[in-house]
Amino acid sequence: MLKSLFHGQLHLGLAQAAVAALAALAVVVAAGRRGIHLEKDLAIAMARGLVQIVAVGSILLLLMRGPGWTSVFLLVSMIVAAGATSAKRAKGIPGAFQVSTWAIACGAGSTIAVMTLLGVIDTPITALVPVGSMLIANAMNTNGLALNRLRADVLAHVGEIETALALGADGKTSVAPYAQASFQASLIPAIDSLRSLGIVWIPGLMAGMLLSGARPVYAAIYQFVLLAMIFASSGLTSLVSTLLVRVRIMSAAEQLLLRPGA
Amino acid sequence: MVLTVASDGVVLRAEHLGRSVPDKELVTDANFDLRKGETLAIVGPSGSGKSSLLRLLNRLDEPTRGTVYLDGVDYRQIAPRELRRRVGMVMQRPFLFPGTVAENLRFGPRQRGEELSDARMEELLAGVLLAGFAGRDVANLSGGEAQRVSFARTLANSPEVLLLDEPTSALDEEAKREVEGVIRRIGSEQGIPCVLVTHDVAQSARLAERALVLEQGQVVRTGAVAEVLRA
Repeated sequence: MLKSLFHGQLHLGLAQAAVAALAALAVVVAAGRRGIHLEKDLAIAMARGLVQIVAVGSILLLLMRGPGWTSVFLLVSMIVAAGATSAKRAKGIPGAFQVSTWAIACGAGSTIAVMTLLGVIDTPITALVPVGSMLIANAMNTNGLALNRLRADVLAHVGEIETALALGADGKTSVAPYAQASFQASLIPAIDSLRSLGIVWIPGLMAGMLLSGARPVYAAIYQFVLLAMIFASSGLTSLVSTLLVRVRIMSAAEQLLLRPGA
Repeated sequence: MVLTVASDGVVLRAEHLGRSVPDKELVTDANFDLRKGETLAIVGPSGSGKSSLLRLLNRLDEPTRGTVYLDGVDYRQIAPRELRRRVGMVMQRPFLFPGTVAENLRFGPRQRGEELSDARMEELLAGVLLAGFAGRDVANLSGGEAQRVSFARTLANSPEVLLLDEPTSALDEEAKREVEGVIRRIGSEQGIPCVLVTHDVAQSARLAERALVLEQGQVVRTGAVAEVLRA
């Protein structure tokens, strides 16, 4: 229907974005009637998301003609931005931004580097940046989930953690059960994506490859490759992040720093 | 460099001990001794800083001024894990770890690579009137039993001093009497000096030889329990 009303690609895209935004707004209105107010958060998130993706699309258009190192610059910038975004899920954790950025750099950064060296990810900027950004974005989500869960678990189990400390345990041992639980919980979306691949959803990359003329079997295999890389980078990110947080929330004298009201 | 002060039967000495957080002075300039075999009660109204003071004694919180000497040694010179093994603590709630009673008792010794023998475990459980409870799941214990397991778990570390943070405040009368019995036995049979935080003045008279009264983070009276509580 929209295609008959809008002929230019840009106009059609804006119209499609408006319709999709209306669907999201309908959910916010329904939530608002139940006393859950997401209006401000969603308005900001949607406006930011649209501006960011259009800006990145425009920059990509320019960089596609640029030298190879520009993709490294872009990916590093994305890692820093992802660190800042997921750190907001970890209020109260000392050095959350550094923890998140290092974790995403170790998890997603190292996966991108190794896979590019091995030839699993193509080196042209048009392949490296989009695939890399998918790994970084998923690592960011996993990191946010891990930190959020760990923070909540630690705050809910201060008594147990301080009991372990009072019995002579070190900080890492005292927090270990909650770090393990948050690591496992943070990987549930990545595991579910792998598990339901092709049955519940056909992801975007595969659809894109099919549209651009790739063989269906190769497109399907590469989608599995991508999800396996997402799992590896997200898992490594979550592991590094929970390990770093275990250290950060304890003082040098093995005192719990993350406490309600602290 | 290891800093020491003269002991004279003093196991634990707090010197100008204090802790403040932004906008609040939790403990101000506390000075007191704990001698071998005695129980010292810290009493005072809610919010007077009793638990805050107790947490400074095993360095669960960091003092912002002053220090504590354990057997004449400044406790900042002792590794925190070793300090907390030597200065055991029983909290207001037992906070038992999921699993069996035996697993809870083994936790402390395992932190330094030691294994608690079955004989020692039974001895510890008998000491808190829970002989034969080693294989029980902690989820099936009553409040009083759980608190007595937490006593045995702390004693499994062979502490030199015991810090008790309102250990009976969450218990009914019967369980409270049982736990008080355990505290008396620890003092009389094992001679471990205790610092008992309680809001129950009658309990401090039943269990302690000396008392220290805290008001708004300050020690306002200290001495023999009968005299201090009469004043």
